[in-house]
Amino acid sequence: MSKTQRIALVIGLVLYAVLPQFLKSYGVYLMTLLCVYLMAAFGLNLIVGYAGQMSIGQAAFYGIGAYVAAILMTKMGISFWFALPIAAIACFVVGLALGFPALRVQHHYLAFATLGFNVLVFLVMRNEEDLTGGTFGISNIPRPSIFGYSLDGALPFFYFAFVSVILLAAVLWWLLRSPWGRAFAALRDNPIRAESTGVNITAYTLLAFAIGAACAGIGGVYLAALVNFIEPGQFSLSVSLLMLLAVIVGGSGRFFGPVLGSIVVVLLPEWLRFLQDWYLAIFGFAVIVLMVYLPGGLLSLGDRFKSGGGTR
Amino acid sequence: MVDLVQLIISGTATGAIYALCALGFTLLWQASGTINFAQGEFVMVPAFLMLFFINTAGLPMWVAFLLTCLVAMVLLGYTFKRAMVDPLIRHGVIPLVIATLGLSIGVKQLVKAGVTAQAQPFNSIFPDGLLSLGALKVSYMDVGTLVLAGLIVISLQTFLNRTVTGRAMQAVAQNTDSARVLGINVARMVLYTFLINAVLSVVAALLVTPTYLAKFDMGESIGLKAFYAAIIGGFNQTRGALLGGVLVGVLENLTGAYISPAYKEGVALMLFLVVIIFKPEGLLGKTEERKV
Repeated sequence: MSKTQRIALVIGLVLYAVLPQFLKSYGVYLMTLLCVYLMAAFGLNLIVGYAGQMSIGQAAFYGIGAYVAAILMTKMGISFWFALPIAAIACFVVGLALGFPALRVQHHYLAFATLGFNVLVFLVMRNEEDLTGGTFGISNIPRPSIFGYSLDGALPFFYFAFVSVILLAAVLWWLLRSPWGRAFAALRDNPIRAESTGVNITAYTLLAFAIGAACAGIGGVYLAALVNFIEPGQFSLSVSLLMLLAVIVGGSGRFFGPVLGSIVVVLLPEWLRFLQDWYLAIFGFAVIVLMVYLPGGLLSLGDRFKSGGGTR
Repeated sequence: MVDLVQLIISGTATGAIYALCALGFTLLWQASGTINFAQGEFVMVPAFLMLFFINTAGLPMWVAFLLTCLVAMVLLGYTFKRAMVDPLIRHGVIPLVIATLGLSIGVKQLVKAGVTAQAQPFNSIFPDGLLSLGALKVSYMDVGTLVLAGLIVISLQTFLNRTVTGRAMQAVAQNTDSARVLGINVARMVLYTFLINAVLSVVAALLVTPTYLAKFDMGESIGLKAFYAAIIGGFNQTRGALLGGVLVGVLENLTGAYISPAYKEGVALMLFLVVIIFKPEGLLGKTEERKV
């Protein structure tokens, strides 16, 4: 990261932290939702952008996280602070179990497997009424409190989610710069050379997939606490597809790509409300144009004008 | 026992429609390496086109069908290939897959915003009522669907195996470079594949819309089933798509009747996942060598 980029990042974060003070509760809700969505999107970027695999099932993990937390908190009275790691670990384990067989056969099979998995998870959420509440979902999910300080209000919960997503991003940033993360750069640039220097491609990819799934699970827990109510429709296949498009539109394999992409799919439709259904229609066709002219995503626009200086 | 046979027959009829879509899907993959995630929307658009020609333009069914085939060949065949596949396929499979996802969302929302969000009724070309064969009762619609889909599949297979053009298309699918060396016009053969896919989609729309109703999101479900079918049968085998389609249709019907209607899709979905994990080349497929 160059100095200017670092300054820009700090300014951006400060602005984002101050802005909700001037917004009504719906505005604060949207800004919180963006933070929550970003947790899952950062995870997806790890899978798509760094490990080079297509996942069309991120919403399934988002949903597993949300449902595990909601069930633990509402039906068993377990606190948020225990539900969070349990949900994350559950997603990590499920990610390993799904990714291990699917990644044995390279190519696009992880994409197919995650797609099928998402549909399956959706069916279970919708049909297992005893556990998941079926189409009625689960309501009255409580918000956590921290050191005795309640996070029920819109603003306190916003700051909680905001700090959490920064922490999550920091962990991922650190991971990608560790020797483990460096192996990805090697994989992406030259898989054969990487393998010959002892990088176990399958193991690395699998771990990336599971960590990405765990990130989505964490996001899901925050989502459940944010909206207090979850139902299967929030985690359908189309949600996964939109999230994948968000990461790619922003610039997959760029650390801040998901941020831009999530703004495009979470915040922009609200600002451009007058467009209604046309918004997604325009978005869909814009994706095609983008793929033809700028397959690296919006963030690669800068590189078009000056080479180097990217945040890859 | 009679119930079982009836379920299997109607499941096969539904499966035949899935097979038509899956067939187009595998043809595109073989000829050009295109994974088309908008395949379901390729069925939805012709359904609305036919409705337009019938209701607004007041044309008879068969004229509407032929006109729709023509429009679909131009729009979903030629234009799709020239505007999306040709410029994108050079970047590899992933950008193209993403672009077809974009196309799927774009077309769906365009119809929702610009045409209607309501489900539109669509008359079947077959008469209502049941055909009795002893104790067995089968609806004319199922019989008609089976016969029509069967005819389409048989004529397509005959075309691919018996005509010079068809064999040239197969050659392109198997090895593009050798085909080119042999003097086959590869670009034209690939274009034919796209045109065939468009027509198959129109036929599927004609057969499926009476049950599904014409709605902007009708393609989601049928696209997904075609996708299961193509992969279960074998991504690189036309026969595989047929087997996969029928399997998905029959399994759906049997699961709905004997296990739970809520999990209608469940068994086919499980089969899909098992195939991906244990036999990724599909039930009938051959292990795929890397396409050069």
